[in-house]
Amino acid sequence: MEHIVIIGNGISGVTLARQIRKLSDKKITIISSETEHFFSRTALMYIYMGHMTYEHTKPYEDWFWEKNRIELRNAYVKHIDTEYKNLKLADGGNLGYDKLVIATGSKPNKFGWPGQDLDGVQGLYSKQDADQLEITAPNNKVCKRAVIVGGGLIGIELAEMLNSRNIPVTFLVRESSFWDGVLPEVESQMINRHIKNHHIDLRLSSNLKEIKGDENGHVKSVIIEETGEELACDLVGLTAGVTPNINFLKGSKIETDKGVKVNAFLETNIKDVYAIGDCAEQQEPIGNRRPIEAVWYTGRMMGETLAQTICGNRLAYKPGHWFNSAKFLDIEYQTYGWVFGRKGRPDYEQHFHWKHEDDTKCITIAYHKQTNEFLGINTFGIRMKHEVFDKWLTEKRDVDYVMQHLKSANFDPEFYTHYEKEILATYKKNLEPSTF
Amino acid sequence: MNSPKPSMSLTKPEAFDLTLKQRISTAIGLIGLFILVLATCNVNFPNKPVFLALSLIMISVGVIVFANDMYLGKLEGIKNDGVMFKSISSRGLWAWISGIAFTGFYILLYFKAEWLGLGVDGAANTGLVALFDPLSRLLNGGQASQWFVYGTLYTIAILAFGYKFLLKYRHNRYERLRTFSVMFFQLAFAFLIPEFMARLNSDSFSLPYYDLKNIWPLNYYNFEQYRVNSMIEAGDIGLALLIFGILSIFVITPILTFKYGKRWYCSWVCGCGGLAETAGDSFRHLSDKRQVAWKIERWVVHSVVVFVTLMTTAVVYSYLGDDSSKYWLTKNTFLMSVAVLLTVVFALVMIFKHEQLAKDAKYGAIGYFVIIMVLIGMHYFNGSNLFLVKAESLRQFYGFLIGAIFSGVIGTGFYPIFGNRVWCRFGCPMAAILGFQQRLFSRFRITTNGGQCISCGNCSTYCEMGIDVRAYAQKGENIVRSSCVGCGICSAVCPRGVLKLENDNMKGRINSNDILLGNDVDLMDLVNQK
Repeated sequence: MEHIVIIGNGISGVTLARQIRKLSDKKITIISSETEHFFSRTALMYIYMGHMTYEHTKPYEDWFWEKNRIELRNAYVKHIDTEYKNLKLADGGNLGYDKLVIATGSKPNKFGWPGQDLDGVQGLYSKQDADQLEITAPNNKVCKRAVIVGGGLIGIELAEMLNSRNIPVTFLVRESSFWDGVLPEVESQMINRHIKNHHIDLRLSSNLKEIKGDENGHVKSVIIEETGEELACDLVGLTAGVTPNINFLKGSKIETDKGVKVNAFLETNIKDVYAIGDCAEQQEPIGNRRPIEAVWYTGRMMGETLAQTICGNRLAYKPGHWFNSAKFLDIEYQTYGWVFGRKGRPDYEQHFHWKHEDDTKCITIAYHKQTNEFLGINTFGIRMKHEVFDKWLTEKRDVDYVMQHLKSANFDPEFYTHYEKEILATYKKNLEPSTF
Repeated sequence: MNSPKPSMSLTKPEAFDLTLKQRISTAIGLIGLFILVLATCNVNFPNKPVFLALSLIMISVGVIVFANDMYLGKLEGIKNDGVMFKSISSRGLWAWISGIAFTGFYILLYFKAEWLGLGVDGAANTGLVALFDPLSRLLNGGQASQWFVYGTLYTIAILAFGYKFLLKYRHNRYERLRTFSVMFFQLAFAFLIPEFMARLNSDSFSLPYYDLKNIWPLNYYNFEQYRVNSMIEAGDIGLALLIFGILSIFVITPILTFKYGKRWYCSWVCGCGGLAETAGDSFRHLSDKRQVAWKIERWVVHSVVVFVTLMTTAVVYSYLGDDSSKYWLTKNTFLMSVAVLLTVVFALVMIFKHEQLAKDAKYGAIGYFVIIMVLIGMHYFNGSNLFLVKAESLRQFYGFLIGAIFSGVIGTGFYPIFGNRVWCRFGCPMAAILGFQQRLFSRFRITTNGGQCISCGNCSTYCEMGIDVRAYAQKGENIVRSSCVGCGICSAVCPRGVLKLENDNMKGRINSNDILLGNDVDLMDLVNQK
């Protein structure tokens, strides 16, 4: 029986294993040194905030793995010998494979800041990170202030977490507005205000210069580059993005750059070795997508695709229209298609904005300046139907059509106030009278 | 998947301690409760109306001030912060203490009401029950019973904790309307209207105490001889009530469930649901999510339906006559109609909906059907004691085991241990019948939003009915489950807006696109390649 070994039990590795089991009878082993069972990384924040326990974050009960004959191995892979198809484990053991899948995910970025390895400096990615946070910042007596460096999605989640325990948070964001590399300005500024409304000390255009430690090697303060200000703190959260977690591949023959290089079929340069999820780097970027996508959904899709290939139906990874979602404290965010922030926005992309006066709901619709083709939508505080936008993007609808039919894409709970009329009115007002 | 580990709250983060204001409001509420405890211990309060009012107001004010402090200072949105660290909501010490206290109260209420001060054999009330006499006289003209005490406290609980619920979910209009609805139905239909109806009773006119929104089989006693007699004797109004009681089972209920799912009842109208949603909201995450719990649930809840059907049939049968010239509804006619009705329902389901039932549901249905038919047949041909036991002992058995122990003592007393919908989930025959209708024909479903689920598990954790919502959401599959009461909390707690309760048409209600969500794959191609 063919033996498939998967390194990593995150969403991509586990999706792959489940799909292979659905399609075949192969022997499957998942290796992880993080946790014994698969849990949902996206829910780590809710454990710290006390909404859920670790047990709640496991999508499958513990008996699931044995019942589905998926072997779980708690180990750390030290070296891969692709010639003899053998893995060397940190505990000294060996494991042979017929096909190997690398799904080891990411680790938090560190940009060589002085003091970045002190006690009390950490990212938020793994179960261990979450456990560590519980030690460093259990309450506002042990952790009198926290500084978060980097203004992305993990950063704002960490801010929300610490906020839930009344720990004062200073949030250092390099950009002049939160996440404005991705979000259009109006949206990004709305989120700035929302963050401040939660009494989080948001510092824009602020870089970390140095982290200072005390005599015990524990973090004591940080220094801000622009102002030279020294902020006393007991926790520094590094949330300036992630990089593929592939250090253990050094010395193997598997080609890597930032991540593990893969082709459209998620195959590496070595036969029978594949890579999926956060750690995979596409040789050729797909459409507007980046070569490495550290996104939960793409990890799942890669797992589904590769399962087909491994079970004999060689399939290219062809993600459909881009979508993503997040929650900024109390504001839900969804995006379908492409809406660019200032950075990297193509010349032809034009935006229509609408913002509700309560400052917690807004939408941005991107369309083609010349052809009026609908390119994408960002929504804040309004839920939209994935299926509908997927269809409209495939059908290359024009922006007028989308605006007229926005109501049919609404996914808000029953009895919610609808804003489509207001949005359409704003849209019409913004256009030359000749269009309508 | 499992519920939280018991926390004895020694290491809980201090940030989740009660604030000063919350401590004070808790104290106010507890003093209000303490007045009731003193009354139970036969402390004779000089001015009963004043002390009763004081007690009820202090309890309400305590809850209201606590809720204000907890939610009003924060921006609108889901705030379940610290739920798993708090002793009361994570099966810690306080959870056990309050669970045992509530249970104790229920046991007294059901089995030792005289200990609460109920005057037996016409004697005047003492103690706790006497404290409620003034309010009872005001509403219905008579002195209080233990059920009046219970009804008052029940209503206060739904109103005060309903207020807390309204604040917690104030950003969500569905939750707000639903809560106003349960608060209204409890106050008007369950509490005031029956009391006012009782006021109309005289020597020549008597209606049974009737909570109009309680439908058979939840009010399993509705067709007992004394009730039916008193309704018939009360003339047109009574007859109207009797007809309404029957219509609500066979006409009103199926139509509403077809249109809106069972939620129209379970989470908008029902009093048990009302208490679970309001006072029980802090315990909703404690429901057991394991698959084994689901298996037990299906067997237990359907057995209760079978039992209540048999029991009611036996009770009604026992007071019908044999002579068809006196009245058209005789023992035989009745038994035959029950058998025909059950056969028709069973046949329709098996012919048109069998593919929607799981294998064990099919076996179960066949098994139950055979048992009922054999019992009816045996009786019909044999004429022996109905269903092998006396109708009255069957009824007593049901009333004790299901009506008292299950719905009261365990169902409500153990909120802090088993979660708030144990009764609705495992024991309520009404919920099972509505659920059966919901599963087979209803426009209601929970839809999921394409590939947007991140499997975080908030939905499953906060599902009070123990449904593993996440399992469906991560597959992008609509959720059509008989147990879903449509409380809408899964949709509210979802950080990605993936879930929505909907009434739509029957077509495409059950979809199983366990497919490559978000992947650009020609599905037909993929299926053909397999």
